[in-house]
Amino acid sequence: MAKKDLKGAVQDNVVWKSIFRPGSIYRKGYRDTSRDRALAAMNNVLYHLHPVKVKRHGLKLTYTYCLGGLSFFLFILLTITGIFLMFFYTPAAGAGTEVAYLNMRDLSASVTFGQLVRNLHRWGAHAMVFTVFLHMARVFYHGAYKPPREFNWVVGVILLLLTLLLSFTGYLLPWDQLALWAVTVGTNMMGFTPVFGDQVQFVLLGDVEIGPNTLLRWYVLHVLFIPFITVLFLAVHFWRIRKDGGISGPL
Amino acid sequence: MSDEVQIDQEVYDRLIGEGKSERIARAKAKAAAVRQAKIAEGQSLGPKPAEEASKKLEEFREKAASGGGVATKTAAPAGGDAGAGGRLTPEQRAARVAASLGQEQQPPSMGVPASSEHTHRLLALVPPSGIQQVQAKQQDKVYTWPHLLLVEFVALLAVTALLLVASFFLDAPLGSLANPNEVPAINKAPWYFMGLQELLRYFHPMVAGVTLPGVFMVGLMAVPYVDKNPSAHPENRKLANMAFTFFLTFWGLLVIIGSFLRGAGYEWVWPWVEGLGFTL
Ligand code: HEM
Repeated sequence: MAKKDLKGAVQDNVVWKSIFRPGSIYRKGYRDTSRDRALAAMNNVLYHLHPVKVKRHGLKLTYTYCLGGLSFFLFILLTITGIFLMFFYTPAAGAGTEVAYLNMRDLSASVTFGQLVRNLHRWGAHAMVFTVFLHMARVFYHGAYKPPREFNWVVGVILLLLTLLLSFTGYLLPWDQLALWAVTVGTNMMGFTPVFGDQVQFVLLGDVEIGPNTLLRWYVLHVLFIPFITVLFLAVHFWRIRKDGGISGPL
Repeated sequence: MSDEVQIDQEVYDRLIGEGKSERIARAKAKAAAVRQAKIAEGQSLGPKPAEEASKKLEEFREKAASGGGVATKTAAPAGGDAGAGGRLTPEQRAARVAASLGQEQQPPSMGVPASSEHTHRLLALVPPSGIQQVQAKQQDKVYTWPHLLLVEFVALLAVTALLLVASFFLDAPLGSLANPNEVPAINKAPWYFMGLQELLRYFHPMVAGVTLPGVFMVGLMAVPYVDKNPSAHPENRKLANMAFTFFLTFWGLLVIIGSFLRGAGYEWVWPWVEGLGFTL
């Protein structure tokens, strides 16, 4: 009885009811019935991503291999670990002020869990590039880009490009030899863009060669600009999956 | 909250005593209180008889026809026939609409009556073409909760566990401080760009670094528009699958060669002879 009163006191007031929609399982309880299963999906923010019911064949691990979902999850994980890293990192380089590089040193030497979080961020980034590639292959072999999903494939290719750019801009930030020269290989190629080669390279580097300006520029691209654009395209991607009738198939 | 309906305490206590739930007891006690209040006012209980409602309507229409009573043309018939709401015949209803629009004899129209001074519509007409018609076959479906969400949750946990274990045992590399004047012997892009770097070996940098990647990207985006085959079944799309597999294999090979078989000065090496010139 006392337990019930407490529950009533917590749930039977305007604040609680303003948070949970009518029909939410947090308002009226959950019994394992079809109705409550439907309500659990409907009165949930995940309703933006998932419909109430999905095709049975899509549940089999061997249909999607969860690759799209895992790409998205890795993106979230990278955002979280990335925010942690931002607390301990300053994008400053240049003779006498090698702050960025020293920050990376400190991260592993004196920040609690610093090394672990950096590792998660690094391996997570490689994993995401990999899962996005595999996701693309999965979609191709299922012919899942066929009408009405043509445009979502195009959005996907843009997401692939954005994933690569996210990864690549992050690669420069530790400001060690590995970063500097790996990025040099890439940006040198950009310099061969027909006609506008020099201009393209200057915009990318903020200088004629990789230097402190490049670091600042790529830092902003990495932590703000590209993630923002990626989120926009992810929204379109997920919206189209639902508008196109859920995932494709069965084959 | 303050002018909440009183509850009949006696009924409430009795029902609670009978073991009814709090909610039901409260509702019944409230209803009892309302009933008593109505009896006290001399009102009849239960649904109003149909004759009474029709009589009220007749009265109203007479008033409307004689021009008195209705203050403004739009005003809905004021009070009185609230109980009649559900019991009008279509003709009566039409008459009522007409009366309120001030045009007794004409049939009711959907839009703005030509003779009326009113500019707002009562109803909007939607052409059939304006409605999205979705036709789909009934499909074999399951509930997202618990089926899909459970699978997703397990996948998410598995990946998190894998990453944690990897991160626990393998540290991300950190070389010596960047130095623009000291080109390292082994100089490679990240693995996902190794295909391009390997191409750089065979083509002019403009071709390997700009033209080919551009062609690949545009080519990939064009896939759904080029592949007109409506079937998604592997049996029917051997050519497409073969072409894509070829492309993936070719790309994979370039990445593997670039990553593992290139050493100092980007020369060919065997990793078991010279060691692995590869950093993630
Ligand atoms: C950041 C990268 C990406 C994320 C997070 C993502 C996410 C997703 C998710 C969650 C799905 C639902 C089905 C599934 O999990 O397989 C999906 C489907 C799809 N994705 Fe992606 N995706 C990404 C990149 C791509 C790429 C690179 C392509 C293709 C070039 C692509 C094309 C598609 C298509 C066509 C579908 C519909 C598949 C179907 O209906 O079976 N996506 N995506």
